[in-house]
Amino acid sequence: MGLYLRPTALADALAALADPKLAHSPARIDRLTVLAGGTDFYPAQAARAAWLEATPRNVIDISGITELKGIREDASGLTFGALTTWSDIADAALPHAFDGLKLAAREVGGQQVQNRGTIAGNLCNASPAADGVPPLLTLDAVVNIASARGRRSVPLAAFITGNRQTVLAADELVTSIHVPAPAPGARATFLKLGARAYLVISIVAVAAVVTVGADGCIARAAIAVGACSAVPQRLAHLERDLAGLASADAVEVVAARHMAALAPIDDVRGSAAYRRQAALVVTRRALMQCLAVAAEAAA
Amino acid sequence: MNERPSLSGAAPVSFTLNGIARTVVTAPGERLSEVVRRGLGLTGTKVGCNAGDCGACTVLMDGAQVCACMVAARQAEGRSMVSIEGLAELPLGRALQAAFHRHDAAQCGICTPGMLMAAADVLSRHASPDRQTVMDAMGGVLCRCTGYLKIVDAVLDVAQAGLQTKGSGARPGEAVGQRVLRLDGAPKLTGEALYGDDGAPADALWLKAIRSPHAHARFSLGDLAPFLTRHPGIVRVFTAGDVPGENAFGIYPDLKDQPVFGEGIVRHRGEAVLALAGTRAALEAVQIADLPITWEPLPGLHGVQAALAEGAPAIHAGKPDNVLTRGVVACGQPEAARANAAHIAEGTFETSFVEHAYIEPEAGYARRVGDRMEIHACTQAPMMDRDEVARVLGLAREHVRIVPTACGGGFGGKLDVSLQPMLAVAAWHLDRPVRCVYERIESMASTTKRHPARIRARASCDAAGRLVSYELDGDFNTGAYASWGPTVAGRVPVHAAGPYRVPHVRNRARAVYTNDTPAGAFRGFGVPQAAIAHEALLDDLAEQAGIDRLELRHRNALRAGDTTPTGQVLGASAGLVACLDALRPRWQALLSDAAAFNAWSHALRRGLGIGCMWYGIGNTGLSNPSTMRLTLARDGTLTFWNGAVDIGQGSTTVLTQIAADALGLPVSAFRLVVGDTDVTFDAGKTSASRQTFVSGKAAQLAGEALRTRILRLTNAGPGARLDLDGARLIVADGGEQTVVDLAQLPAAGDGIVLEGVGTFDPPTTPLDAKGQGIPYATYGFAAQIASVDVDLGLGTVKVRRIVAAHDVGRAINPALVEGQIHGGIAQGLGLALMEEFIPGRTENLHDYLIPTFGDMPEIEVHLIEDREPLGPYGAKGIGEPALIPTAPAILGAIRHATGVTIRKVPALPHRVHAALAAAGKAVEF
Repeated sequence: MGLYLRPTALADALAALADPKLAHSPARIDRLTVLAGGTDFYPAQAARAAWLEATPRNVIDISGITELKGIREDASGLTFGALTTWSDIADAALPHAFDGLKLAAREVGGQQVQNRGTIAGNLCNASPAADGVPPLLTLDAVVNIASARGRRSVPLAAFITGNRQTVLAADELVTSIHVPAPAPGARATFLKLGARAYLVISIVAVAAVVTVGADGCIARAAIAVGACSAVPQRLAHLERDLAGLASADAVEVVAARHMAALAPIDDVRGSAAYRRQAALVVTRRALMQCLAVAAEAAA
Repeated sequence: MNERPSLSGAAPVSFTLNGIARTVVTAPGERLSEVVRRGLGLTGTKVGCNAGDCGACTVLMDGAQVCACMVAARQAEGRSMVSIEGLAELPLGRALQAAFHRHDAAQCGICTPGMLMAAADVLSRHASPDRQTVMDAMGGVLCRCTGYLKIVDAVLDVAQAGLQTKGSGARPGEAVGQRVLRLDGAPKLTGEALYGDDGAPADALWLKAIRSPHAHARFSLGDLAPFLTRHPGIVRVFTAGDVPGENAFGIYPDLKDQPVFGEGIVRHRGEAVLALAGTRAALEAVQIADLPITWEPLPGLHGVQAALAEGAPAIHAGKPDNVLTRGVVACGQPEAARANAAHIAEGTFETSFVEHAYIEPEAGYARRVGDRMEIHACTQAPMMDRDEVARVLGLAREHVRIVPTACGGGFGGKLDVSLQPMLAVAAWHLDRPVRCVYERIESMASTTKRHPARIRARASCDAAGRLVSYELDGDFNTGAYASWGPTVAGRVPVHAAGPYRVPHVRNRARAVYTNDTPAGAFRGFGVPQAAIAHEALLDDLAEQAGIDRLELRHRNALRAGDTTPTGQVLGASAGLVACLDALRPRWQALLSDAAAFNAWSHALRRGLGIGCMWYGIGNTGLSNPSTMRLTLARDGTLTFWNGAVDIGQGSTTVLTQIAADALGLPVSAFRLVVGDTDVTFDAGKTSASRQTFVSGKAAQLAGEALRTRILRLTNAGPGARLDLDGARLIVADGGEQTVVDLAQLPAAGDGIVLEGVGTFDPPTTPLDAKGQGIPYATYGFAAQIASVDVDLGLGTVKVRRIVAAHDVGRAINPALVEGQIHGGIAQGLGLALMEEFIPGRTENLHDYLIPTFGDMPEIEVHLIEDREPLGPYGAKGIGEPALIPTAPAILGAIRHATGVTIRKVPALPHRVHAALAAAGKAVEF
């Protein structure tokens, strides 16, 4: 490894990332690689080093930048600093709409990973099975991005563009994740299907946020599925079909056709056909759980 | 402000570790684990995967558990950390260490530092956590030995001070049968135990193997000089031409088919073609593209069907059909008998490669001492390592010394040499110490696995459910090299009909070469695979005959006096009936429980299964002696010279308990010397569940021999009581007391005045062409019940409870026996439900899954002690028997719950679901 930068101010980090030699080096390996919690960086390094493949030479460690830490709440909603760890989220007092995110926070690796891994890292790593993504999709999260050129905000659904791909340019850094203030009655859950209890990559993950009105009907349902397509995605069709339904009837509505947008693959964790079917079952169960608490909240 | 960037990279970092302020110069991006272990020399923090998958490197950072392998050292700037070496200073640190010791929560000990740090974290956050809280907090640490339950008990014990278990320092003559605390336990709890990567000399060079990414390829090496010029920190490149002796190793004398370095061809992915010696930094900088290696990939034979196909090319000259070896056991007339049987069951079963997943990857160092070679490495078989290294170096075996380090798990995987030969070659040429540690991925890609099996089997019984015949054809994928393939092919036919009286048997097994990862020894040598088949067929027959599954097994169970399929008459100690009797009330109760549960449950179905097994203790029809030695020195030092490697199963403790009672002195009186090939006799390898039985008997004989000498010296009777007080040996016989002043006795050069040596070789005979003979002197027997819940919507299986009954002859140390059973069940559960090694695909511990804290069932253990007259105080082995019944019991329970039989393991959710869907049993909610 060559360069190891550890800025303490965001501006310094952005300046380093803007350095043309580093940001635009033709060899990807020479570009600055961003390191925060290290929970994706080091495993990737181990995987490459095992077969003597090149590993990133130049690193910018953003973990010392105070501006990127902390959870802030204001009238517009909640903002999670990029360096917010999964344990920070699990331990924070957050509205019930974040219960799914908090459950997911306890499923990201073991507690050692949760203590170090960051919310922005989970998004930037852009794994199809990232457990943080489905709950944030259901919360309509927006990714705040900065570079020396300026700032921009991108909805999470547009931020991840493919398997391990995002819209982030080489000189950009995610600074925070903003979640608009959820409806007070919104209730959420997160269900993960894996082949063992802890430390497991999801076969299917489903997050749901549901609000039930005083009339007992679904005012809003947001449901997202992870590990069943290159990018975790919201089930827009299903959400539309659920809106306005009496909560008691809702689960019956969930059907195979609602999973049509998913594009699961065969891998060591499961077959594509299994994933598609499991996504349906887990979605029904997640909705059932969520509706029960949401209806309670409405009553 | 940016820190002053230094393009040379190195920069200081300051932090507090275990209360001490430290400043260390670190390389850019260097892992905290490396800085702690290599920079500061605190090797108590272990590295198991470098990827956050195992948690062995867990330390506390500002009070929170983190994996030191995923923290950049520079991120520790200004932070306060605690590693295992500082645990005792934490409020509950000592209490945790003591509780782990008391509960026998550390077996091999490699995960223990991480476990203890995670435990300290949970107890600092929760004053009185419940089981679930403990498991949730510790779920990031993997253990491959214990099955986790005793770890949770230990943590809860500290939290609640209520779960006190008994451990004892036994009185003289009363050690056998006691829960004597692990004699080598304490250093594992403090981080002081030195494993393969912990003790190399400071001036050692590093060695790194370069391995084939191809499963089958020709390769050629270009000029290495320019490479060496570009990498001045690399001292030398070693290839096949540098091997001074024979470039070959392998378990069997006539099957040395595995090269230290490939010679123009590689036969499996991960095969070493050369090795580089140099500084660690120089080795880390090497990229594969730097090396002048030209690969010519060739089509590979993957799986036994491809290797056995008509016209398949031969992987090794001399084995044109790719069949390494065949094993057979035949008796009676199975075809004719089957024709008259009332019920016939048959099926095809498939198992996968299983990885040992010891948390300690292969590691060690070699140094040349004059014209001798010395290897310090983790191993299960020091004498075999010695002979392999001697052959590779072209030395007499006496010129090689193997000093086993602490062994962080083996399970059969450290019976073969791995890095020893190449370390020896490098140290021989360089004449300076050379060390090596495998990366997790390297370890998984290159070392042996459990043989995948394709088994076709048929069983028949009469109308009363009495077994009539059993026929098995099993093909075992032995991978690219022989390793223990012949052992598997030999052991399977003996055991394949199960622990039952079967008059007509024809079992055939083949070990088949492929271009897959070599398969070798793994806890059970093929018997766990075969047990899946025989237990499934017994369930079929029970169903056909309308007989309860436990009763059918009871009816057929081998008893003392019965004849086995090899024609052996079991003289004694065949306790399967007693095991089943012990389980029967639990079976009935759990059947009722399942029925009650299923009466209202829809998506979740509960089922019960039972698995039985038998397992021959020791080598199959081959001599496998062990020799143990006890000495008294003139200064009164009582030394136990014990060549049996303790890989965490506890032989050091068990053998000392036996020796202590045989001699008549307390366990605490012994100084222990374990495993050094220069100073201990050959105890044989730690495998085949043989150390308690074989080395235990040798230890008993050694103890008795020394006692006899002492009694003769003092003219005392056999009931005399011994006491050792410094150099005074006090012999009390009835009213008389004689004091022997050891300092006055004539001593050998090494100060030894009295000695007792014991040798035991279990009486066996080789099997003839029909597999007839006495392959083993004794057998372990067991039965386990599994209660599982199957999710009909998702195909997931949760094992709720295992009730295990094991005939161990005599439990020398019940706590350690329980530990073996718990750990065996964990591995059996993994085999049944989640473990599937796929070369090139599941070469790490996040794609390859082993059970975690949360996957373990509750376990009830019933110890049956049907004494084995040949064994020490009646004991026989438990290591492998612990694992074998679990997978069949779980699979039987899945079937009972759902009506679906799973014939390919692991029963991953998608496989179970596919079977449920095909049977119309899947639900959509």
